[in-house]
Formats: sequence, structure tokens, C-alpha cells
Amino acid sequence: MYLASLVALFLSSFWTVDPFTSVVQHIWNVDNYKLLWEQSAYHSIALRTVGIAAAVTAADAVLAFPVGYFMARIAGGRSRAFIFVAVLLPLWSSYLIRVYIWRLILDHDGVLNWSLRKVGLPAANIGYTNWAVWLIFTYVWLPFMILPVYGALERVPDSFLEASRDLGAGGWTTFRRILLPLALPGVIAGSIFTFSLTLGDYITPLLAGGASSQFIGNVVYDSIGSQQTPFAAAFAAVPLVVMAVYLLIARRLGAFEAL
Amino acid sequence: MERRATRVALTAWTVLVVLFLWIPLALILLYAFNKSNVESWPISSFTTHWFHAAWNSEVRSALWLSVRVGLTATGIALVLGSMAAFGVARFRFFGREAISFLLILPIALPGIVTGIALNSAFLAGHILLSTCTIIVGHATFCVIVVYNNVLARLRRSSPSLIEASQDLGADGWQTFRFVIWPVLSTALVAGGLLAFALSFDEVVVTYFTAGAQNTLPLLIFGYIRLGQQLPVVNVIAFAMILVTAIPVLLAQRLVRDAGLVRGAGAAAH
Repeated sequence: MYLASLVALFLSSFWTVDPFTSVVQHIWNVDNYKLLWEQSAYHSIALRTVGIAAAVTAADAVLAFPVGYFMARIAGGRSRAFIFVAVLLPLWSSYLIRVYIWRLILDHDGVLNWSLRKVGLPAANIGYTNWAVWLIFTYVWLPFMILPVYGALERVPDSFLEASRDLGAGGWTTFRRILLPLALPGVIAGSIFTFSLTLGDYITPLLAGGASSQFIGNVVYDSIGSQQTPFAAAFAAVPLVVMAVYLLIARRLGAFEAL
Repeated sequence: MERRATRVALTAWTVLVVLFLWIPLALILLYAFNKSNVESWPISSFTTHWFHAAWNSEVRSALWLSVRVGLTATGIALVLGSMAAFGVARFRFFGREAISFLLILPIALPGIVTGIALNSAFLAGHILLSTCTIIVGHATFCVIVVYNNVLARLRRSSPSLIEASQDLGADGWQTFRFVIWPVLSTALVAGGLLAFALSFDEVVVTYFTAGAQNTLPLLIFGYIRLGQQLPVVNVIAFAMILVTAIPVLLAQRLVRDAGLVRGAGAAAH
């Protein structure tokens, strides 16, 4: 069923819409893809989407790695369970509401500017910009990165680290040569979520972004609204292809076992 | 074995990240009591008035639709998801690897792709968008959550349990009732709770599969986008954070393993 609708989607991207009656005509052509290729506005939207998705993934990886390490190797049983729930609960609370809260925080009269003023810093008006979109995505998907990174780090046996030290490696070398390669599948698994979820989103850019924060998803959303389904399908094929390539790479790096 | 400075730095970092995750949630709990209908900080005066105002007929009917969709989609997911998990875990058949790969696809693919794929499929089949189409849309990702939970449980329980039961003369029903069910029940409850929580919160796929109906997330989405009824949104946020905490804590108690992490994959929205 799911697969059938994916195929239907792919087929419909080659159809066209009658400009007068808005009825989808089943005439085979590549006009939708040609339009995508030729209009530079669509290039910058696609680049922005992929760029912010990559930036979100990088920020989440940096934020999550020390937390995963702390949970796996330093925290005791109780504090580990506490952090686990503390990371899970925000994950399961409403996505929309979490985006909405950040809109309030980053607003001109929001908590962020108020706190900055209190400590004597100039106001940061990042509400409704690409910075806001990046920050909110980083916040919303962070738990998806922490959990698999923790899972991967937990599986690294202590003896590996001891062996590395016995062989004379310093802390940094051990981290770079032992820990990082072993934790990489976890990071990749997390990045599948952070990357693909950002890639396909239209809610955050719509609610918290500015005029120049349009994502691929927003164009698709607007096209469906104006009944341009074939064009929407063609543009939605872009994240599909990007994700397919990404998944193939992830599979080679062994991320599926860490999912 | 880490140096002291490293340990301190890691602890501080973790505390900061947990605060980063929690301060926004704490703030929304405060905003629900904001007396003014302008949402600025600091909040000057507090009231519980909006809790009363939020319980209006529009919100109630959206809530009722969300509950109905969530329960039906979860029901479908429990049946299909556990059947798929049984098939993949117990039997080897042609295309088994392909099916287990296909079943994680909806997790990895952007939600909007699922959304418009279903949308154009319904359109092509001349199916009117209705409550039924929302349920079908939600069932796609709910099935995955149940499947992952049940599969994880089946992989950890030994097939010899079933063989032993049969050797001791139990019939199919007795084996199911006394051996399989006790092993699976908590995984099913956990998977079902999580599937319901996901469906209850879903907006990306819902938008493309709903006709004129409003589920609760769609209603909130509309309010936020137009900047209307924000005090009501605050109250709904307050209620939803508290209500979602319950199934998460319950499910956490029931599985106490990676089951939640696996299920989390489908929380795409």
C-alpha cells in the first residue's frame, strides 16, 4: 500500500496540470523537472534545505556526543535512567508545541532578548530568520541523535580503551583512533533521523522562518494547496533522491545495526 | 579512568544539554497561566481563565477526532505490525530482507514524501479525503512502531519455548495463551502506547490526508500560523505535555530497553 503510493507519486511527477480546469492530465512529459532545473529560485531553495539539514546534523552530533559518552561511561545507574527519561520526554511531547515555544522565546519581546538585556548584552533579533530555523531544528531533533550515540558508545568495551592506554596512546589519540570509529555507526544512525526529518519538514520554516527561509517542503505544501500535484511530486523527488543516496552510504558504514 | 577535568567537563555539558531540552518546556507551562493575550516575557500577571476558555466546542471536536483516529490507527497497527514481526522473525522466505528494509523506509523517508505520496494515491484512486484516509496515513507509521517493538522482543525470546510447549502436548491456542502472549504482551502495550502518542501528535502526514476535518494538531497548527487564539494554544500545550508524559513513563516501565529508541524512529513529526 505504502509502496504503491510511492510509485503513484513518482508517476504523477511526469504528468501535467491543465491550466484552465486544474485537472491533472495524464500526459507523459518531463516539464516539471525541466522547470526545477531552469528556475534558479528552486536551486537556492533546494540548497538551503540541504544546507540547513547538514548544519542541524552537525550541531546535534556535537551536542549529543559528550552526553552519550557521559551516559555510557560516567553516569551511575540512577542518573543514567534519569537522563534517559529527560531525553525521551521532550522527544515525545508535541513537535508543534516545541516549535511554538521557540517562536515565543526568540520573539522580539521573548525570553531570549529579555535575558540578554538583563546581563547587559544587545538584543539578538534572530526570530523569523534562518538562524531561528536552524536552532529550532537542532532542538527538536536532538534526542534522536543522543539515543543512538549513547547506544553505540555503550557497546565499546572498557578493555579496548585500557588496551589503547597500555599501548601508550594519550587521551586524544584514544578518542580519535578508538572511540570515534566505534561510535561512528551511532552518529550516522542519528544523522539519518536529524537529516531526513529536517529535509522533509515544512512546519518549522513556515511557523518560525522568515520570507527567505523557504524549504523544499514549503514549495511542495504550497503546490498541493494550489492543486499543482505533479510539480509538488517532482520537487518532493529531490529529498527522496538525496535520502536514498544518504541511506546507501549509511548502510555501507554499518549504521543500520545501530538503529 | 578519564581524567578529572574531562569528567567535570562532560558532566557540565550533559547538565547544560538537559537544561536546553527542558527550559522551553518549563516556559510553556508558565505561559499557560499568562493573563495577557500578548505572549511576551516577563509575564506580568497570572490567571487560570484560559483553561476554561480552551474547553470550547471546536477544541473538543478536534480532540475527539484525534482520539478516534489514534485508537483506530493503533488497532490496525497492533494487528498488522505484530503479524509482520512474526513473519520476519520466525520464517525465512523469499524477499524477507527486502521486507524488513521496506518496513524501515517510512522512518527514514521525509514525512512530506509519505504525505504527498498518499495524497496523490488517494487522488488517483478518486478516494475522497476523510477520517478514513487520515487513519490510513497514520497507520503507515504506527505499524512500524509496533513492528519494531514486537520484533525486538521476539529476537530476544527463544523459539525453543514454543517447541517445548508443543512437545509437552499443548495445542496451538494453549501455546499462544500461556507462552507467546505473556512474552509479547508488554511489548504490544508499549508499542501501542507509542503508536497512539505518535498519531495523536502527527501533523505532516495528516495535513495531506485530511479533508475538511481538524485533528487537534491541525487545529493548533492553524491557530499558530494565523496568530489567533494563542492563549488557548498555550493551555492545550500545557495539557498535552502533561498527558504525553504519562504514556512515555508507562511504556518506559514496560520495556526498559532499546524498544523505545527503536520506536522513536517513527516519531518523524
